[in-house]
Amino acid sequence: MNSPGLARRETPVQTNALSSADIERLRADFPILRQTVNGKPLAFLDNAASSQMPQPVLDRLIRYQTTEHANIHRGVHYLSEVATAAYEGAREKIQKFINAPESREVIYTRGTTDAINLVMHGFGRAFLREGDEIIISQLEHHSNIVPWQMLRDEKGVRLRIIPCNDRGELVLEEYERLFNDRTKLVAVTHVSNALGTVNPVKRMIATAHALGVPFLIDGAQAIPHMSVDVQDLDCDFYCFSAHKLYGPTGIGILYGKAKWLEKMQPYQGGGDMILSVSFDKTVYNVIPHKFEAGTPPIAAAIGLGAAVDYVTEIGIDAIAASEQDLLAYATKEMQTLPGIRIVGTAADKASVLSFTVSGVHPHDVGTILNEEGVAVRTGHHCAQPVMQRFGIPATARASFAFYNTYAEIDQLIAGLRRVQKMFG
Amino acid sequence: MDSKQLYQEIILDHNKKPRNWGTLSDASHRAEGVNPLCGDRIWVSLRLNGRNIEGVAFEGESCAICTASASMMTTNVKGKSIEDAEALVRQFREMATGKLDAAKPNQLGRLTVFAGVKDLPSRVKCAILPWHTLHAAFHNEQIASTEGDADPMGLPPVRPASDAAV
Repeated sequence: MNSPGLARRETPVQTNALSSADIERLRADFPILRQTVNGKPLAFLDNAASSQMPQPVLDRLIRYQTTEHANIHRGVHYLSEVATAAYEGAREKIQKFINAPESREVIYTRGTTDAINLVMHGFGRAFLREGDEIIISQLEHHSNIVPWQMLRDEKGVRLRIIPCNDRGELVLEEYERLFNDRTKLVAVTHVSNALGTVNPVKRMIATAHALGVPFLIDGAQAIPHMSVDVQDLDCDFYCFSAHKLYGPTGIGILYGKAKWLEKMQPYQGGGDMILSVSFDKTVYNVIPHKFEAGTPPIAAAIGLGAAVDYVTEIGIDAIAASEQDLLAYATKEMQTLPGIRIVGTAADKASVLSFTVSGVHPHDVGTILNEEGVAVRTGHHCAQPVMQRFGIPATARASFAFYNTYAEIDQLIAGLRRVQKMFG
Repeated sequence: MDSKQLYQEIILDHNKKPRNWGTLSDASHRAEGVNPLCGDRIWVSLRLNGRNIEGVAFEGESCAICTASASMMTTNVKGKSIEDAEALVRQFREMATGKLDAAKPNQLGRLTVFAGVKDLPSRVKCAILPWHTLHAAFHNEQIASTEGDADPMGLPPVRPASDAAV
């Protein structure tokens, strides 16, 4: 195996960061990282798109599928009860992880996109009228723009956009000016996927609530990087995906306050979401089941529960501190290269580093870095309005997880030197 | 494949100094090509005299592979008949997607420097976009896209009657 070469790791800057010995031990939990790409050790720096699963999560999936699988909430038989207990047990782990008051406020979805669409349908379609307004921001991923545009086109609601400044921070004075008596919802990302900006959502929620407006947070990029307490934030909805939190794809969470979820219309009709069905009348099930029609991805939900256990054991604060060290090191190293522009320089950032190389298209950067074994994302990151704001078609983006090393950042920087030499 | 093989000197040179860059003020045909997945966008303008390509130019915002492909395309089709250029479009597409029949003669010449993209699925569309845009311009389609309904890859190739049997 190609050891990631941890020797160069400097003394952690953040006091509660993981030690290099911790990282080496934890990194061994991720078998996928032990491979070469194009003859070079893989440096996986595309964690904002999807992170990798550690062995305990993989083991949990295998154990469920080999010894515990049956359909849930159905049978009186042994396996159905085991599967149901594991599935509902995972819901409780997630409830604790985000400090939701009750487990029935934790809805399984297919992912963040699905969670936002659920709210668009269940809340937006049910409660908004022509002329009502929804506030979103310039930093949104397409998944927190397009559903609201669909609602706009369907119902004639209006979208108001919070602008961002040149550092990629939302302009809060402008935000406060967007409210009026037609404002019915604010839907904003916790962390920008394209720039890494951490938005001051707690303060923004207080502003909205003072005017009686509910607040949805797209937490897809925040949940792996920081402690999230939905009661402390007092958000009305919080959406995230498992696969960015070291869990499987195909599963995500909508947290919603029970007072909203109970009033909202179901998202999909089918089995499990009903109490009784006749051809005259159907009575919907209680939350969370009202929003979970059909057989869910049971293994994936249980896998998310295992991922939450894994992250909790390491400690989300230690993860956050280690990633801040990596971000600071990568930012500093990148600034030594001429012709590199870092896009997104907010004071408060998660471990996302978006950049352009002067005279070289991000796609060429990505292809050449791949030859060096370095995996980065290139393109508009499903956030075209962000790209438009900065007047660029695309960026390359390196995004770090706690299992990344200083040596991998050095590999990235060496790759960028090669890019500049080729195109020089 | 190694990117050294793909990013050969000729590609880097055409990227740095694209030939026939700009737009023809007296163009008879134009089309825009977009790759919505990566943001590549190019414009091709043509001046046709009967079936002959008298003038061709392009401009846009695109990666090195797309820019060099467009630049080399213009130098290769200038002065050719529409039929010969369309044959080249077809051969280039087959090469980039790894479907070129090596046993058959082709007119690709130095364009074979792009053969390496067949091993980089995410970059195939970068190389092909200019050729699709040229094809769209011939047929007076305003826009060529690598995605959706406008994807020429998804449509049966428009072939001149003369080689319909090929």
